[in-house]
Amino acid sequence: MMEIAKGTGLRIDRAPNTGIRAKAAYVCKLLWRDKTGLAGLIIVLIVITAAVFAPFLSPYDPLQQDLRSAKTPPAWTEEGDMDHPLGTDNLGRDILSRIIYGTRVSLTVGFFGVLIACSIGMVIGLISGYVGGLTDNIVMGLVNMILALPYLVFVVFIAAILGRSLLIVILIFGFTDIPIFVRITRGEVLRIRESGYIEAARSIGAGNGRIIFRHILPNLIGPLITIATFEMSAMIFYEAGLGFLGLSVPPSVPSWGNMLSTGRQYLTIYPWIATYPGLAIVFTGLGMNLLGDWFRDVLDPRLRRIKR
Amino acid sequence: MTGKTGDLNKMFNNHQPNGSENAGDVMIRVENLKKYFPIVQGVVWRRRVGAVKAVDGISFNINKGETLGVVGESGCGKSTAGRAILQLQRPSSGRVYIDDTELTTLNKASLRRLRPRMQMIFQDSYDSLNPRQSVGQIIAEPMVINGTYTRSRIYDRIAELLELVGLSIDHAGRFPHEFSGGQRQRINIARALALEPDFIVCDEPISALDISIQAQVVNLFQDLQRDLNLTYLFIAHDLSMVQHISNRVAVMYLGKIMELAGRDDLFANPAHPYTQSLISSAPFPDPALERKRKRITLSGEVPSPANPPAGCVFHTRCPVAEKICAVEIPAYREIMKSHFAACHLADDQGAGKIL
Amino acid sequence: MPILEVKNLVTRFYTIEGVVHALNGVSFDLEEGEILGIVGESGSGKSVAMMSLLNLLPMPPARIERGKALFYENGGQDSVDLLTLTKAERRRVRGGKIGYIFQDALSALNPVMTVGRQIGESLMEHLGLSGEDAKHRAVELLEHVGIPGAEKRYYNYPHQFSGGMRQRVMIAIAIACDPKIVIADEPTTALDVTVQAQIVELIKRLQEELRLAVIWITHDLGVVAGIADRVLVMYAGYPVEISLVDDLYNNPVHPYTKGLLGALPGIGGKRAGRLESIEGAPPDLLAKPKHCQFVWRCPYAFDRCRNEMPELVEIAPKHYTKCFL
Repeated sequence: MMEIAKGTGLRIDRAPNTGIRAKAAYVCKLLWRDKTGLAGLIIVLIVITAAVFAPFLSPYDPLQQDLRSAKTPPAWTEEGDMDHPLGTDNLGRDILSRIIYGTRVSLTVGFFGVLIACSIGMVIGLISGYVGGLTDNIVMGLVNMILALPYLVFVVFIAAILGRSLLIVILIFGFTDIPIFVRITRGEVLRIRESGYIEAARSIGAGNGRIIFRHILPNLIGPLITIATFEMSAMIFYEAGLGFLGLSVPPSVPSWGNMLSTGRQYLTIYPWIATYPGLAIVFTGLGMNLLGDWFRDVLDPRLRRIKR
Repeated sequence: MTGKTGDLNKMFNNHQPNGSENAGDVMIRVENLKKYFPIVQGVVWRRRVGAVKAVDGISFNINKGETLGVVGESGCGKSTAGRAILQLQRPSSGRVYIDDTELTTLNKASLRRLRPRMQMIFQDSYDSLNPRQSVGQIIAEPMVINGTYTRSRIYDRIAELLELVGLSIDHAGRFPHEFSGGQRQRINIARALALEPDFIVCDEPISALDISIQAQVVNLFQDLQRDLNLTYLFIAHDLSMVQHISNRVAVMYLGKIMELAGRDDLFANPAHPYTQSLISSAPFPDPALERKRKRITLSGEVPSPANPPAGCVFHTRCPVAEKICAVEIPAYREIMKSHFAACHLADDQGAGKIL
Repeated sequence: MPILEVKNLVTRFYTIEGVVHALNGVSFDLEEGEILGIVGESGSGKSVAMMSLLNLLPMPPARIERGKALFYENGGQDSVDLLTLTKAERRRVRGGKIGYIFQDALSALNPVMTVGRQIGESLMEHLGLSGEDAKHRAVELLEHVGIPGAEKRYYNYPHQFSGGMRQRVMIAIAIACDPKIVIADEPTTALDVTVQAQIVELIKRLQEELRLAVIWITHDLGVVAGIADRVLVMYAGYPVEISLVDDLYNNPVHPYTKGLLGALPGIGGKRAGRLESIEGAPPDLLAKPKHCQFVWRCPYAFDRCRNEMPELVEIAPKHYTKCFL
């Protein structure tokens, strides 16, 4: 049951979709109606496919240098050829292959970074919101202090001290992003804690454990998935930024940030070296944000979108 | 709006098995119950700057198998009273007995053991069901928590309960948002009945429903009471529904009981000016009668319970208030047999009558 | 002398779940200076009908498929179709010729503007008053709707008013420009019963003083009995019965009206027994109505009801019903 437009009192029953197939069909229908969500999903799927099947999809070894064909422009320019569709960089490495392999770094950082931030942030936020009182005051004080730090400067500073490795990048992003998840979780917990079904659970004798795990957690998942999607795209941006500054993964590893960093020196003469990894970043970020928006609308069982 | 024949009390007695259960037995005893909510200021150093006196010293009994209706306007504390009685919000002071067990001093564990006996049904049928649980899970939960039910017993019981409230086992796999308001309230009722309680607090359970659905649910409440020998505290703001379902009615205003009497007695001879104006303000679905009726229209609105008027809390709006009303708090006393009122002017001679 | 004539109004919502048949042919007229009560349960389309008239519905998803809403001016000399107005004309009508009182005054009022300015704005736009005159008139209006200390209250924000007082402000805005019609959409539903009585009395008083035609939307059959001259009962997007108020309560004809009245407690005599409930639930609005929409719940339904949609017929003077019986 949902109200179609505010103040009309008009409600419609959604068809009861019991069974996995009916549910899947319904989600497909929602996706089909909301073309932007569909676009986001397709983009994200393309990126994931690229990361998983990189060895099969890329025409060259991303590390293979070939100085004779260095700085070849993309295929559709006059000097370009189909051997290197997106051209080559200053050392003659194939840009397309490097972009495809670069998805691995980006997605790894994004996924594991968010995983760390989300799991720790959720637990802290849950405790803070549920227990309340002094605990909550202290936690939120810390969170606000961390959020007040100039984020990028902070990250650059830590990265510069700890050195360049994938693990360190993941840990940096994972830990610095905790406050975001703490805040979101806490807010949701405060909202859920006041809902009638928590009171109803108390009235049938449910203890704290049951209330947290059966009633609060399942209702947290929707909003957290949405935020996680947005944060993942943000981390991919930041990773590229760090790479651009030469502070992310070692230069030998093909990553979008490293490619930008290399391309920067040749930006005026050989613009394609930086342009295509840049586009890849924008493309991925766009896809994840569109998907996140769609999640936000769909993951709340009460708030299905009515729009056509 | 005079009372008609057909004493509900008698009717319910007849329906009880063998008449062995004595409807005169007191089941719930509430003594001077208070619930204050502190008003705090400051973020780091919190200090109390006052209190909202949501419930301010109420006392009454509820007999086994009867329905006590509680009416009042928003902010009169009727919902808080229901929660405080069930200890869902611990009262600030006062005593609540169920049979002979005193609830306010019980610890959490002993209270949880008593939970099966007393349940609550909430106004917002949507908000009180977890949107991520299926109907089956929702109804099973009290039995799972209780721990004395086997798995197969729970399955049987879900089917039984769904049938009892007019749904079917086919609904067990669905989720709350797939149901209409009336059906959701039935699910709430099924959950409340799962542990076979004796006493149910119904907190405006029909206010949010459409008229035709209200009637269905009210009938269901009455059928269940008859078949399961339930005792209700029925909170509502709709006078006619309270009149229909209750044996006795309590009228609340700003955290206090203004008047409590048998249903027919209260509606035929309201002693308290507030009760009189409440009855007179309630619209009545009869055009001819509406045209003839004289109304007592109260001026103003309910004052804030954070800063209630001195003396009688109603004196600021009372059309017959006298000097004493602003100064002295009227005693809550039995002005006629089984007819209580808190008013300086009310007596068994019909003093304090406005119309 | 009708002031408003609505003919066969059909409004649908095009949603992701399908087409919602919100209004399936609503026809009625409103006489000058009368109070017409529109009764129905949630989803019956009573609010949608009024919002359609004033173009208050979000479009999309809503679409007014057909229908006419003729608004007569100058004693029936001129008429305009409310549904085909241009934007500018519509502004002139809405708030100017037709006032609207919403159920939820708190969300209908602008929270960051003083109530005085909100009233004044309407005056300046519709009546072309100067700022000074508008203020003067706004204070007058606030006094008129019974707000004590209007001079001071003029400068208050909506949240500084209690529920009943806010509803009075809404009423002041609705009558500010001397409208011919006031549409009151459940104006007392959110209020306590003692405050409801005050507001009902206020609107009644204003209606008599200003010779207003009032459309009073509600689900409360008690309120309607006390205030309306005629009553229209809505079900599933169309009127099932229209009649003078006494006729409706004394001789309800449509089974739905009968059911509604039977579902109420407290009408003499049957208090001790059970309420006569209408079994079942309102129909699914996603299905296109092909026959009477009450058949599933109707105790008297027969074959014809399942195959045909009955017409709205006059069975007694001024008493119309949409039923084969």
